[in-house]
Amino acid sequence: MVDVRTDFEGDSCLITINGEVDASSSIYLDEALEKAVNADVTKILVDCQNLNYISSAGLGVFMSYIQELEAKNKKMVLYHMSAKVYKVFEILGLHQLLTIVETEEQAKTGADEI
Amino acid sequence: MVRLGFHRNVIRLSLLLGIIGWVGLVTINLLIQFARTHDLPSGFKPELALVFLCLYLLSVSVYYRFITGRAERVNFIDLLWRVFATGLLATIVSLAIYLFYLLLGNSPLASKVLLLSFFFHVRFGLFAAFIISTFMVWKQLILYQKSKRLILLWQIFEYSLLASIAFVFLPDRQGVDAILLTILIPLFVLGIILSVNLKWVAYLDFRQKWKSISIMLAIAVFIIYYTLELYNEVVALEDLPELAVLVVNPFIFATLGFTLVYSIFSLLVIIFNLPTSSVFEQKLEEIINFQRLSQSSQSGYDISQVYDILLESAAKAVSADAGWIEATTNGTPQLLTKSMTKERVEIFKKRLQANTEQPEIINPLPRPRLQRQDYEQRQRRHRILKLPEYRSVLWIPLVVKNNINGTLVLLKEVSDGFNKEMVSIITTFASQASISVENFQLMNETLVNERYQEELKIANRVHRSLLPNKPITNEAFDIAAFSEAADQVGGDYYDQYQINEQKFIIIIGDVSGKGTSAAFNMSQMKGVFHSLAPLDLAPDTFLAYANSALGRCMEKTSFITASFFVVNTQKKTISFARAGHTPTLYYSRRKQQACYLEIRGLGLGIIRNEKFNQYIEVSEQQYESGDIIVLYTDGITEATNQQGEEFGFDRLREVVINHAQESSKILQKKLIEELYEFCNHEPLNDDYTALIIKFT
Repeated sequence: MVDVRTDFEGDSCLITINGEVDASSSIYLDEALEKAVNADVTKILVDCQNLNYISSAGLGVFMSYIQELEAKNKKMVLYHMSAKVYKVFEILGLHQLLTIVETEEQAKTGADEI
Repeated sequence: MVRLGFHRNVIRLSLLLGIIGWVGLVTINLLIQFARTHDLPSGFKPELALVFLCLYLLSVSVYYRFITGRAERVNFIDLLWRVFATGLLATIVSLAIYLFYLLLGNSPLASKVLLLSFFFHVRFGLFAAFIISTFMVWKQLILYQKSKRLILLWQIFEYSLLASIAFVFLPDRQGVDAILLTILIPLFVLGIILSVNLKWVAYLDFRQKWKSISIMLAIAVFIIYYTLELYNEVVALEDLPELAVLVVNPFIFATLGFTLVYSIFSLLVIIFNLPTSSVFEQKLEEIINFQRLSQSSQSGYDISQVYDILLESAAKAVSADAGWIEATTNGTPQLLTKSMTKERVEIFKKRLQANTEQPEIINPLPRPRLQRQDYEQRQRRHRILKLPEYRSVLWIPLVVKNNINGTLVLLKEVSDGFNKEMVSIITTFASQASISVENFQLMNETLVNERYQEELKIANRVHRSLLPNKPITNEAFDIAAFSEAADQVGGDYYDQYQINEQKFIIIIGDVSGKGTSAAFNMSQMKGVFHSLAPLDLAPDTFLAYANSALGRCMEKTSFITASFFVVNTQKKTISFARAGHTPTLYYSRRKQQACYLEIRGLGLGIIRNEKFNQYIEVSEQQYESGDIIVLYTDGITEATNQQGEEFGFDRLREVVINHAQESSKILQKKLIEELYEFCNHEPLNDDYTALIIKFT
């Protein structure tokens, strides 16, 4: 199961993922991302510290927003990702399309560089 | 069959012995009386006549005991008719004799003692047969609803009664009366106790009760008439002492008394039961209707028939003047009416709706905690309302699976027409009908489910046929493949294609997600592969075309990962590209080492335009004999054990290194074995596929 929290702060939206994102729970991630993408923010920060596992369905959710974010000129940054989860992104090649950084500070500064 | 034969033989034998007994009795008594009137020595002892008397009584008892059918098999009225017929016959014969003497008038024949004695014997014989047959029928009635105690009591009664036949041998006529009383009193008490077993009366319907009353009355009259006749005769024929013992003995007294008492008891009970018999009949009908309702789901009825039965039986049970059921069956509203038109129902419905707004009419039964029930719950309770035409209206919701599925409304012209019992029986009917309807729905759902299961099985077959049924055999390499889906169908894919003698294509793919949607995309992948494979494309070009084709038809969130290999057996090279798939494991025999082929790539369908090409690279390398390529899906590396640990890349590599000298087939088997062992043989929750290519 997963718990996805969405907090809005100024021009940024912070999404915190807790738990495992698999085929059945990816819908919560999708809801959170959709809310963030359609909200009046330019930066979307995704805290992956407590993301223990992500299945292909979860990756598909991230993937499906890449082009929309580009079109809306919004920046999404993922951070605090565990090595294991990063590897999953890396194998699929998503690390080339998404901004994945280590710390929150990097994420904030990274998101500013649009 | 043996028992049946025994039965028949006993009946025949007892009949024969009975006749012998009676003839013997008559002959000896007549001879004795003849000898006495002519002052001759008879040579017969009177005791011999008693022996024949005993034989006669015993035989008749046995005969009727065996010939009387059980009340469960024969109905009560038939049994009573039989007794009546015997009684009638006996009475007619008695009357005929009476008539005969009337005709004789004062002729000398009329005073012949022997003729009188003979006729007495005839009447006695018939009388004994009549009361004994009655006794045996009463036995069946008493034992209609038996308990162990009742049977025991009856047996004591019956056997002591039979035993009492022996008292005819008591010589001293003077002392007999005292003995007679000591035997008779306990027998009589026992008989009275047994006589209260009149449960069979409850099973008679109204018409049967009337019939029983008339028959019982006739039987009682016969018994009384006959008794008076015989005992008058005994007094009249004082000079024939042999005759008295025939009727003045404990057996006849007790049997007579018992049959008479039971007849009178039955008569009274039937008469008093007459007014309530309609209630019993109604209860019985309610039970039958209830059964029909509860069995309706098994007897091939449909839901509207269930409601039909409900309306019919409910209206009958409370003798409602009219009523209707409004319910939704399979999504379509339905209106069943009884004794009223649909138009009138609509009018009444509107008026009732207005009526229900007034809370004071609602809630006929006092419920102390009504305040705590919310409106929702109150909706689910029955109500008693009023209309000008029908002064009592019973409104009952039909609740199926916690939803109000419809309403049953019963109307009566009289006011206060529904008492508490009626409401409770109708509520029971309604809930039973609801259960039946629920069963129907469950059954339908099961059917639909079964059809889905069947469809899934077909899907599984189709899915299996999408994977190559036989790997390519070739002198340059051999392939072993294994694929298992977590559900009936899955999204893992592998395939092969031979372009020419020395060029082979091998692909492995994994569709995001699992189950049916993954399987659809997997079949598209197969179509793409077989369209592009004959074109002999370079790995990166192939993947670019595949990305473009799949990008047009996949859902926004779906993607496919793939590894694409071109094997050239002449040049001994492999050329490959990776579209986001788990990195291929390559074992080099020379180095005795295995490593993952790290190469840039991106899953198919992630970027659905030309930009995709820039993320794909091609790598080429030489292979040597004994080298192994292991293609697999993430179902294997991500398989977790109970501790939450993943099988992982390192374990996979270990397995391959440890079994590298084996054939591809055995290596594949070892891999699956170790994987299952790691997972403790729990079913995996992802699709997993392994493809092992070993160069020779």
